[in-house]
Amino acid sequence: MYRRTLIQAAALLPLGARVVSAAPPPEQITPELIEAAKKEGKVSYYTAMDLSVAEPMAKAFEAKYPGIKVRVERTGAERLFNRVAQEYGSKIHAVDVINSSDASHFLPWKRQGWLAPFVTVDMAENIPADMIDPDGLYCNQRTHLSAIAYNTKLVAPADAPKGFKDLLDPKWMGKLVKGHPAYSGTIMTATQQLSRDLGWEYFEKLGKQKVLQVQSATEPPKKIELGERAIAVDGSDYLFWMYRDKGAPIEVVYAVEGTPLIHNPMGIFKEAPSPNAARLLFAWIMSAEGQSFIVDLSGQFPAHKKVKAKAGRPELSSIKTLKEDPEAVEKQADEIKAKYARYFKV
Amino acid sequence: MSVAGGTAPRRGFDFSRPVLAAVMALLVVLIVLPMGWLVVYAFSSPDGKPTLGNFVTLFTDPDFVDPVVTTLTIAVSVGVICCLIAAPLGWLVARTDMPLRRTVRTLVMASLVTPPFVGAIAWEMLAAPNSGLLNQLWRALTGAPSDEALLNIYSLEGVIFVIACYTFPYVFILVANALDRMPGELEDASSMLGAGTWDTARRITVPLALPTLLAGALVAFLQALNLFGSPAILAIPAGFNTLTTKIWSLFGYPPKLELAAAASLPLLVLTVFLLRAQAMVLGRRGYTVVGAKYGEPRLIKLGGLRIPALALALIVLAMPLFLPYAALFNTAFSPVASRLVSFDTLTLKNVQFTFVGLSSTWPALQNTFFLATTAATLGALLALIIAYIVARKAVPGHRALAFLATAPLAIPGIVLGVGLFLGYTRPPFTLYGTLWILLIAFITIELPSAYQQLGSAFHAVHPELEEAGRMLGASRLRTLADITAPLLRSAVIATWCFIFVAVIRELSAAVILFTSETKVLSVLIFDLKESGDVGAIAVLSLAMVAITTLVIVAANRIGGGRAAARLAARGAG
Repeated sequence: MYRRTLIQAAALLPLGARVVSAAPPPEQITPELIEAAKKEGKVSYYTAMDLSVAEPMAKAFEAKYPGIKVRVERTGAERLFNRVAQEYGSKIHAVDVINSSDASHFLPWKRQGWLAPFVTVDMAENIPADMIDPDGLYCNQRTHLSAIAYNTKLVAPADAPKGFKDLLDPKWMGKLVKGHPAYSGTIMTATQQLSRDLGWEYFEKLGKQKVLQVQSATEPPKKIELGERAIAVDGSDYLFWMYRDKGAPIEVVYAVEGTPLIHNPMGIFKEAPSPNAARLLFAWIMSAEGQSFIVDLSGQFPAHKKVKAKAGRPELSSIKTLKEDPEAVEKQADEIKAKYARYFKV
Repeated sequence: MSVAGGTAPRRGFDFSRPVLAAVMALLVVLIVLPMGWLVVYAFSSPDGKPTLGNFVTLFTDPDFVDPVVTTLTIAVSVGVICCLIAAPLGWLVARTDMPLRRTVRTLVMASLVTPPFVGAIAWEMLAAPNSGLLNQLWRALTGAPSDEALLNIYSLEGVIFVIACYTFPYVFILVANALDRMPGELEDASSMLGAGTWDTARRITVPLALPTLLAGALVAFLQALNLFGSPAILAIPAGFNTLTTKIWSLFGYPPKLELAAAASLPLLVLTVFLLRAQAMVLGRRGYTVVGAKYGEPRLIKLGGLRIPALALALIVLAMPLFLPYAALFNTAFSPVASRLVSFDTLTLKNVQFTFVGLSSTWPALQNTFFLATTAATLGALLALIIAYIVARKAVPGHRALAFLATAPLAIPGIVLGVGLFLGYTRPPFTLYGTLWILLIAFITIELPSAYQQLGSAFHAVHPELEEAGRMLGASRLRTLADITAPLLRSAVIATWCFIFVAVIRELSAAVILFTSETKVLSVLIFDLKESGDVGAIAVLSLAMVAITTLVIVAANRIGGGRAAARLAARGAG
C-alpha cells in the first residue's frame, strides 16, 4: 500500500514539475474561491507601500468582501526581505501576499520555489505581458518613481536643483534628507540605478553634504512637508504629490539625469496560511477596481490597461526615467549596502 | 531558628528539592543557554569554525571602532551630566526648604514613566533643527533666518542630552534617598562646633553623599551604554552608530550573527565589571549610617534663593517632562506636527488612524497585554520561589540560585535579545516566532529586580511564623502558601505591577526577537518611526504612558507607595 503510493507519487512528479515551470492557465474568481477565502477569514499583506495608501486599500477590500480581515505588515522592502528570510528560516509561514518595492527580491524567492503561481483572466487580458512573470509567480502591482522634491518655503523655485548633480552644490550642505538603501527597496533600486549612471563618486560626494539620513523612502516626503529639510534627494514621488495636493509647500523635480523608476511586484507565497484569501486579495488589487483605488488615492502609475493615471499628474511617458535592472540589484545589493554605509557612515 | 537547611526532619515528602531542581533548570534555560550560544557564536566563523576573527574585526574595522568610541563618549558624558543635575536637585528636595519640594520629587520620579525612545521621538519634535518647535520659537523671537537653528537634536550632543534627560532621575532618586537617610547629628555637631550652614554642607553633607553619587554615575553610565532606542532614533539620522545600533544593524540582510555576538560581549563584560564596581562603592556607603536611629536631617533655609531654586528645578523638569509631553500632545492632535495646534486646526485624524485605520494596532496591543500580564504573573511567581528558597536557605545550592537570579542584571537587553535569538532558533527549543521567546526575554530581564524586591520583603517576614507552621506538620510549600504568601501580598502586587510596566516599555530585546505576528507596542512605535508616521507615534506613545501611569498609580495604592521608587531599580529601552 505504502509502496504503491510512493510509485504513484513518483509517476506524478514530472507532471507536477511541468505545471510549475509553465505559465498557469488564467483563473476566474469563482464563488467557491470567495467562499473559501471567507472561511479563512484573514489574510496577511506584507508591503512597502506607505500606510496612508496600504491601510485604506486593505479597508476597501474588507468592505468588498466582508468577513476577511487584512493585516497590513508595512516596513521597508529590504526589511521585509529580511523578515521573510528569518521567518522562513525558522519555518514560520506567516506571509500570504507580498508586495515589494525592490523587484529583485522576487528572483531568489522564485528560485527557492517559495511563490505560488496565480494569474486571473482579467490580468491576462489587461496587464501588459512584460509586467507578469513568465511563470505567473508575480506581477507588477503599480509603478512609482524616486523623485527629488523641495519645500517651496525654504527654496525659491528659481534656485531649485534641476538634477542630482546640482545637489552637490555646497549651498545645500545640511539641507538634504534621504532614505536608506538597507531599509527601503525604493532607495535600494534607485541607488543601483544612480550608482550605475552617475558612478559611486556621486554618492561619495553626496555623503559629505551632511545629509539627514532617514530610513524609509516614505519619510523624506514627511520631512519636506514638516519643513525639516529643504530638499529630498529621494523618496516615493506619490507621497510628495499627495502632500502637495493637501496644500503642503512641495514641488517635485524630475532630474535632468533621469528619475529612478520603481516597479512594485506582488506575489503569493506557496505556504500561505490563507491561500484562498491571498488569491482573492491579489486578484482584487490587480483588478480595475483595486487599481483605480490605488490611483485615485495616491496617483501611482497603474499596471492595469483600463485604468487611467491620475489627472493632474505628469504622464509617466513624459518623464525621463532611468532603466530598472532587478538582476543587477540582486547581484549588487550587498555591495550597495556596504558602499553606502561607508560613504554615509550609517 | 535552626530548622532550616537540608538536615531538617521531614514528615512526608518535601517538595522543596524537586522545586529547587526545577527552578534551577529553568534558570539555566533562561540565562545560561542563550549566553552560552552568544559566546559560542562570538568565537565562530560563519561556517562554524572556531576563530578570533570576529574580535579582530571588532577592534580594527573603523565600522566598529567608531561606534565603540561614540558609545563610550556618550556613556561617560551622560554619567557626568546626570550627576551634575541630580546632585543639586536631590539636595534641594531633600535638605532645603525649597517650595513644592515634594511635588518636584514626585515629578522627577514620574518622568521615569516615559520610555526613553518615546522621549527621543518627542525631543525630535522639539529640537529638530528646522521643524523643531523650540527652534521655530527661537527664530520667531530672534528673527534668525530659516536655515539657522538654536538646537540640533541630530548630533552627538543631542543624543547625550536626550539620554541624560531620562537617566538623571535614577541618580536623583539614589542621591535624594541617601540624603534623607543621612544622620542629622553629624550636621548638628558641625554647626555646634561653629561651622556655618554652607560650611557644614560643604564639609559634612557633600563628602557623605559622594559614594552614592559615584554609584549613581555608574548607573547612568550603564544606562547610556546599553540603551538602544534613543540612539537608534537620533544617532542614525545624524550619521553615526552606537554599539547597540550597530549590533542591531547586523541583523539586517544578510544577517551577521557571529559579529553581532562578538559585538555583544564587550557590553556584557563591561556591564558585569561596572556592576561589581557599583556594589563595592555602595558597600562602602555603610559608614554614612553607623548608628541605629538618627534625628531628622535639618533643612537648610534658602531664604531669598527659594524661588530661584524652584525655578531651576522646574526648568530641569521641563526637559524630561513638560516639553516632551507638550510636543507629543501637539503632534497627536495637529494636522502637521511642525505647527502648533489651535482650536481651529485641532484634529482627531491621528487618533482615528491609529485605532481604526492601522491594522497592526490592536494585534500589537493584544500581544503587549498578554506578554505583560503573563510575564508579570510568572515572573513574580518565579521571583517569589527563588526569594523564599534563598531567604530561608531552604536547600543547599541556594547561593547559586541567588546568583543566577541576579545575573540578568548584567545582561543588556539587546545582548539578551541576540543570545535568545541564537539559542531559540534551533532545537531543542525552537521558540523564535512565538510569543514565548518574548516572554522568556521579558521574564529574564525583569527577574533580578523582582527577586531583589521580594527578597527584601522576605527578610521582613519573621521565619518563626513559618517554623510554627512546619512544626504543626505542614509541608514547606503549604507553609509558604498559607502563612508567608498572605504576609507578602503587597510586595508581590507591587512586583507584579513593576514587571507589567517594564514589559510594556521594553524595546531593545523585543526589536531583535519579534516577527510580524508577534509585534508589540514598543516595536510598532519603532516601526512607525522608521517610516516617519509621527502622528500615530504620538497617539500610541501617549496611550502607552497612560496605561503605564494607571498601573503605577494602582500599584502605589495597593503596594503602599513603594512601586514608583522601585522602578528606579532598572530602566528599559
